[in-house]
Amino acid sequence: MDLDFTEEENAFRDEVRDFAREKLPADIHHKVMNGLHLTRDDYVSWQRALFARGWGGVSWPKEFGGPGWSATELYIFEEECAAAGAPRLIPFGLRMLAPVLMAFGSRAQQERFLPKIMSAEEWWCQGYSEPGAGSDLASLRTRAENCGDHYRVTGQKTWTTLGQYADWMFCLVRTDSEVKPQRGISFLLIDMKSPGITVRPIITLDGGHEVNEVWLEDVRVPMENRVGEENQGWSYAKFLLGHERTNIAGIGIAKRELAHLKRVAKAEMKNARPLLEDPLFAAKVAQVEVDLMALEITNLRVLSTEKMGPEASILKIKGSEIQQDISELLMQAAGPYAQPFAANYCNQRKLSIYGGSNEIQRNIISQMMLGL
Amino acid sequence: MDFGLSEEQQQFVDTLGRFVARDYGFARRRTIVDSQEGWSKEVWQSLADLGVLAINVPEKYGGLGFGPVETMLAMNVFGAALLVEPYLSSAVIATSLLCDIAGESVKAELLPRLAGGERIAVLAHFEPASRFVIAHVECSARKDGERYVLEGQKAAVLDAPAAGHLLVSARTSGLPDDDTGVSLFLVSRDSPGLVLREFPTLDGGRAAEVLLNKVSVPASARLGGEGEAMPAIERALDIGLSALCAEAVGAMKALQNATIEYLKTRSQFDQPIGRFQVLQHRAADMLIHFEQAQSMSYLAAMRCTAENTLERRRMLSAAKVVVGQACRFIAQSAVQLHGGMGMTDELMVSHWFKRLTMIESTFGDSDSHLQRFAELAS
Ligand SMILES: Cc1cc2nc3c(=O)[nH]c(=O)nc-3n(C[C@H](O)[C@H](O)[C@H](O)COP(=O)(O)OP(=O)(O)OC[C@H]3O[C@@H](n4cnc5c(N)ncnc54)[C@H](O)[C@@H]3O)c2cc1C
Repeated sequence: MDLDFTEEENAFRDEVRDFAREKLPADIHHKVMNGLHLTRDDYVSWQRALFARGWGGVSWPKEFGGPGWSATELYIFEEECAAAGAPRLIPFGLRMLAPVLMAFGSRAQQERFLPKIMSAEEWWCQGYSEPGAGSDLASLRTRAENCGDHYRVTGQKTWTTLGQYADWMFCLVRTDSEVKPQRGISFLLIDMKSPGITVRPIITLDGGHEVNEVWLEDVRVPMENRVGEENQGWSYAKFLLGHERTNIAGIGIAKRELAHLKRVAKAEMKNARPLLEDPLFAAKVAQVEVDLMALEITNLRVLSTEKMGPEASILKIKGSEIQQDISELLMQAAGPYAQPFAANYCNQRKLSIYGGSNEIQRNIISQMMLGL
Repeated sequence: MDFGLSEEQQQFVDTLGRFVARDYGFARRRTIVDSQEGWSKEVWQSLADLGVLAINVPEKYGGLGFGPVETMLAMNVFGAALLVEPYLSSAVIATSLLCDIAGESVKAELLPRLAGGERIAVLAHFEPASRFVIAHVECSARKDGERYVLEGQKAAVLDAPAAGHLLVSARTSGLPDDDTGVSLFLVSRDSPGLVLREFPTLDGGRAAEVLLNKVSVPASARLGGEGEAMPAIERALDIGLSALCAEAVGAMKALQNATIEYLKTRSQFDQPIGRFQVLQHRAADMLIHFEQAQSMSYLAAMRCTAENTLERRRMLSAAKVVVGQACRFIAQSAVQLHGGMGMTDELMVSHWFKRLTMIESTFGDSDSHLQRFAELAS
């Protein structure tokens, strides 16, 4: 047993750190460090910088143009980027669709789509959830009728994150409604410029526009844009969910935010002393810090096995709770000037809802890990 | 012991309830929040006509001469409706403070107008460095012949943009944390040197950073004895704290109801989500929090005017801790149980969430009151 990183891993850490220091534009750094709104271009320019360095497909194997990093290297990369104040990588193309295409896509699909994901030439969004199908995703109703050389798709997707920027959407649709719900789902790649698609903003409680409704009316999707086999979409989606959760612990981000919290609490005065020295507040900060410390090691333990099963649920629950706790403390620390932090606190409520709510994650743990 | 309402009180609640149901729906509120001023003169006038602005004004000055219990009942209704008009600031806190400390002529001049809805007054007391400690006042008032010159800054003063008059606390002597040496001044909104940096708050309200750049006021603008305003300010803030707790209770009850309704109607996995035991237990915990908060709101209403300052502080801090923690738990749970829908601006749920979040940190967050309670107890 050894808790230390190897010499090579530490050298790699320095390399990432230097890169981020050099290539991350100051204005983007500033926005991330202060929890401000990022534009489409901010995300794209960071992804392009990574691409130029040969790190565009961060989590990808070499054969598809990725750097072929181990889970530990990827972890180090993410931690350093978060600490440097880099934007999070938009996961939809890079972390969600790409693994599915690599595993189940045709050669033509791989060649057509993967390079443009890596180079940020095409923006992807995830079209899974529907108004009636959230936690119970398999009950989705968006219908795709097989018309020989194409599908005709009609229905509604919702909560589509950053869909307003998307060139493409990967989408779960119903191709057979006679069978068990999970058996009749297919996985389609849909060009967002197709006639019949309408994207409408959903404004969230913090006043932001980051999610959308996507309406599909008789949208023509060429047959070659189906991934894998018809009616097998559910198994690809489940494969994908495993990948969606690999970075779910958000350790790097939580560390950055914790440091931010300490800076704010040091500057804020209470009874003529820094708030960070107030016993009650200090105890709360200490509590998240030890929780985070434990989660970091739990995360590394899971990563070291190189396979992600239901353990991912532990990381998702703890990771989201820690980030939410920090956002709560930041708001509290800022006292009467909590306004900007309060918006962030509101926004962070999503962490325990999306990507499988924390209730659903606990169901997974009790069923899959505990056999209950 | 009696937790019931008199017939008159019940009628009052019913009337107010009908008013907000008819004239203060979600869509109407949104129009008001989005307007330039952020509050509605028309609604304010209706509140005056209904007599609610007169609750804390003595009969002698054209008011109803009611007290904290009636204020609580009104705030319950306003909390549920998420009223953004400056009721708490003007009709509760500033009105109570003027009754308590102002001289006869100011009372005769202002109180009938506050009750009638023609004037709005707001207490500007807390400062950037006070961090919920009531006695911490750095703003200064320097005697200059027959006048006072006020200087300093008041932090995030709620509803200041709507006010024609500010009641400004400032030191005429002593050090920032001294209990004595604070005086109160009636400052007209258009006084030279008075600058309001206005901003909208998270919950749809309006506030301002108030800058006093050598604001010169006549000696007659001082309310109460020189250096003696602190106890009255605290009494008014205590009445305000009780009212705030009642507003929270009203909002929590409405949010709780909306959530239970959602659990019964939203279906996933071919059943209402309210069938899932983990959600049932969360909802049960919301109710427990609510009931505890309701109890403490009653306690606050019945003790916020108690003579014994120490006892009053203990009671009010205890109330704010329980209510504040309930705000946090109920707001977070309601959003969680609504799933994605809880995150949208489109449902009232997220607006209750934001108001409850703000209430938790208004007039001292739960932690500060817990600490104050511990210090007073030992
Ligand atoms: C900000 C944000 C971004 C999102 N981005 C995307 C996106 O890009 N693409 C996409 O496809 N989707 C996206 N989603 C959707 C997200 O995945 C869903 O919100 C989530 O699956 C929950 O579904 P729901 O909102 O319908 O809630 P519901 O499923 O209706 O859940 C309501 C409540 O019931 C609970 N519940 C449901 N079933 C059970 C059960 N069996 N046991 C116990 N409790 C249960 C839930 O935990 C929740 O508390 C996003 C959501 C948000 C909030």
